[in-house]
Amino acid sequence: MTITKREKSLIVIQLSGGNDYLNTVVPYSDGKYYDSRSVVNISQDKVIPINDQLGFNPSMGPIKSLWDEGKVAVINGIGYQNPNRSHFRSMDIWHTAEPDAIGKEGWLGRAVRDLDPLGENVLTAVNFGRGLPRALGCPGVSVASVGDLETYGLFPDVQDEELRMFTLEAFSRMYGGAAGRDPVMQMLGQTGQDALQGADILRTAPAMYSSSVEYGPDTLAQNVKSMSQVFHANIGAKVLYTQHGPFDTHSGELPTHAKLWNEVAGSVGCLMDDLKEHGTENDATILIFSEFGRRIKDNGSGSDHGSAGVAFLIGGAVNGGLYGEYPSLAEAEQIEGDLRSNNDFRSVYTNVLEDWLGLDATPIVNGQFEKFDIFQS
Amino acid sequence: MISNDTALMAHLLRRAGFGASRDELERYLAMGYEGAVDTLLNPTDPGNMPDDLIRRYHVEQSELRDLPGSTAYWMYRMISTACPMEEKIALFWHGLFATGYTKLNQARTQLNQVDMFRRSGLGSFEDLLLELSRDPAMIIWLDNNENHGDNINENYGRELLELFSMGIGNYSEDDIKECARAFTGWTLGNAEYMAIRAAKDSIWPYGRIAWHFDYREDDHDDGEKTFLGETGNFNGEDIIAIIVKQESTARFLATRLFQFFAADEVSKAGENAVEAMVATYFSSGYKISDMLQTLFHSDYFKSGEARFARVKGPVEMVVGAIRMAGNYQNPSLGIEKVANNMFFMGQGLLRPPTVEGWHEGVEWIDSGALVERVNFVAKELSDVKSPGVRSIIDRLETGADDGVLNPSDLADGCLDLLGSIQVSDETRSVLVDYAARLGDLDLNGHQPGDQAEQRVGNMLRLVAATREYQLA
Repeated sequence: MTITKREKSLIVIQLSGGNDYLNTVVPYSDGKYYDSRSVVNISQDKVIPINDQLGFNPSMGPIKSLWDEGKVAVINGIGYQNPNRSHFRSMDIWHTAEPDAIGKEGWLGRAVRDLDPLGENVLTAVNFGRGLPRALGCPGVSVASVGDLETYGLFPDVQDEELRMFTLEAFSRMYGGAAGRDPVMQMLGQTGQDALQGADILRTAPAMYSSSVEYGPDTLAQNVKSMSQVFHANIGAKVLYTQHGPFDTHSGELPTHAKLWNEVAGSVGCLMDDLKEHGTENDATILIFSEFGRRIKDNGSGSDHGSAGVAFLIGGAVNGGLYGEYPSLAEAEQIEGDLRSNNDFRSVYTNVLEDWLGLDATPIVNGQFEKFDIFQS
Repeated sequence: MISNDTALMAHLLRRAGFGASRDELERYLAMGYEGAVDTLLNPTDPGNMPDDLIRRYHVEQSELRDLPGSTAYWMYRMISTACPMEEKIALFWHGLFATGYTKLNQARTQLNQVDMFRRSGLGSFEDLLLELSRDPAMIIWLDNNENHGDNINENYGRELLELFSMGIGNYSEDDIKECARAFTGWTLGNAEYMAIRAAKDSIWPYGRIAWHFDYREDDHDDGEKTFLGETGNFNGEDIIAIIVKQESTARFLATRLFQFFAADEVSKAGENAVEAMVATYFSSGYKISDMLQTLFHSDYFKSGEARFARVKGPVEMVVGAIRMAGNYQNPSLGIEKVANNMFFMGQGLLRPPTVEGWHEGVEWIDSGALVERVNFVAKELSDVKSPGVRSIIDRLETGADDGVLNPSDLADGCLDLLGSIQVSDETRSVLVDYAARLGDLDLNGHQPGDQAEQRVGNMLRLVAATREYQLA
């Protein structure tokens, strides 16, 4: 195993709710696809072909452009054995890299601990959106959760700037003061100071950033813009995380799925333009994943929870192309009406951890997994 | 000056409830400490918001199918109850017998479990373990539906001993297997179908179907078992009867109750209270309310050492602030967003991360969670339109000689009215300096939302942001 140490960042976009793999990377030359998806399908004339068999959803135009530039790795048939079709449980499995037992630590939380073992940078990992995903949860690891970068920090609802300043000053004195010997008060004091420090640094990010790229108005695009601002502020943020959804398209799937992918592809396209403009194209990689794919047969309006899905790694340092096999739609190959996964998600984690973040993946993903050759060496 | 009686009562209500406004404190003070403990431990009419009223405003709280609506439904109970101990004990058991939506996809069944905790959570521990073993949410959560007479699944048997009663190290692997054998056949009606629906997270085509306990005699292993040195053709009831007799069970339960209701850490002095609770456990026939009565009357609990010796959990934080501010006493849109705040702080109600429940105490605090905690409570308590905050302003005015408060009066008054909060000298001097910036506060003739009132709101915001406010 070779580990290359690189100062690189990982940008994660989680598609929550179960993204429909079949309508994302469409097997448009397979008659079985149209047989199973009599209503909820992407017709051949709408698909954006990437080869003779597969094509992208028509909403993925910007990702197709990146594909043509060789910057998109499509990881087919990703998942794990004994698929769980509960959103929460399956997402937990992805977050903790523990399909069989109930995991306690997030894989990226562990990665952050290894990247910054002494906890010197309170912003090694930043989550955009509120509520920490379990992927980032790990005891002793500081992670900032940013709802809105412009107002991030303490007392965002205090409109009067002078009052807010006085209140923050008082907070700083209260949390910086002597704590005596009480370990809980000491810990609270330290955490309060970390929070203030993180907020102070993060607040400077928007001012340090300028770009000609115009992100869309949707929440994902705005979060991705914030990610770009924080990434380009050079404050040592190595893991930047956000989520988008809901991809839980049980009904009315086609328009909903199209809108969601419009937002994902648009945001990714903008971010890649932004990175190019800043000359940082080779310093960030985007990982896109979902907790599961959806049922092969549609339900007349949408599709139900399924199994194998698709993940994407996108960036200047990525060897673009298809990885792994597209699972067969043949009935004999199905698992309870779903696509059978043939790539363990922990292989891709291993790729990212070892070849991108320069870490030893085995203890993080709880085992050794064969990896692809996704990153340029 | 904060009187000792008031401070002690405020302490009791932070533990046996979610903290208390001054009005609520005064009602309990009138009963005396002993009377207050009795009242809290013997819930009568909680005065819940009626379901039909809730349903008029919240479609999602009618079927109680999904997580956000069901969490909000429980929130309403905690916010509006007149019997806070009933909700507090339910929250305790929800953390200890942690059952999560993640696997069940069946929120109403979880709320039924919470109802069972309200009903039996202060009674006999033996009865409670029996109810737990028959609880459909628990059965699916720990796979007892897969525990068959000819092929055991140890999951429930193991956790019953390790996490729910005796604690690790007090039994052998063989005991676990024998325990599991005794619970074979304890399942739910139409278990196979229900398990598939849960795993597939399916609401089609009938929505969620209610679950109920079912005992399948033909799937029960009736053979001889040896469990913790006793031998017989034990069924689940017999196993529980043996479990509850164990010293380790008494100690486990006393310690967990102590950590939730008294202090995160059991100190040397705290050990005495735990011992006394162990004794009460046996003398009362395993009665939980009696153990808590022993705790609340112990010297330790009443001593300074026990004050502010727990880190508030997110649910306590959110519910406590809302009760103090007097908000959401009627169905109001936005309650689901409030419920989300607890999740942002690290405690998603009805979705504990694992069967171990949440890691409590100092593990509640990380930088992201601290920002969420401070911001939520600061916003809730600084809003001078809220009824609870208005009442604090009125009390400050009438409490001052001529309606004028100097900076120390303002700081001390706010600390007192938010629940007799004790702070370090350093914290207090920051609060006083903060008030002094604008000199004395004249509350004479104050009008809703005017500058004088806003100054009180600003002080309450800062108190809510203190380190000390993070503690219960």
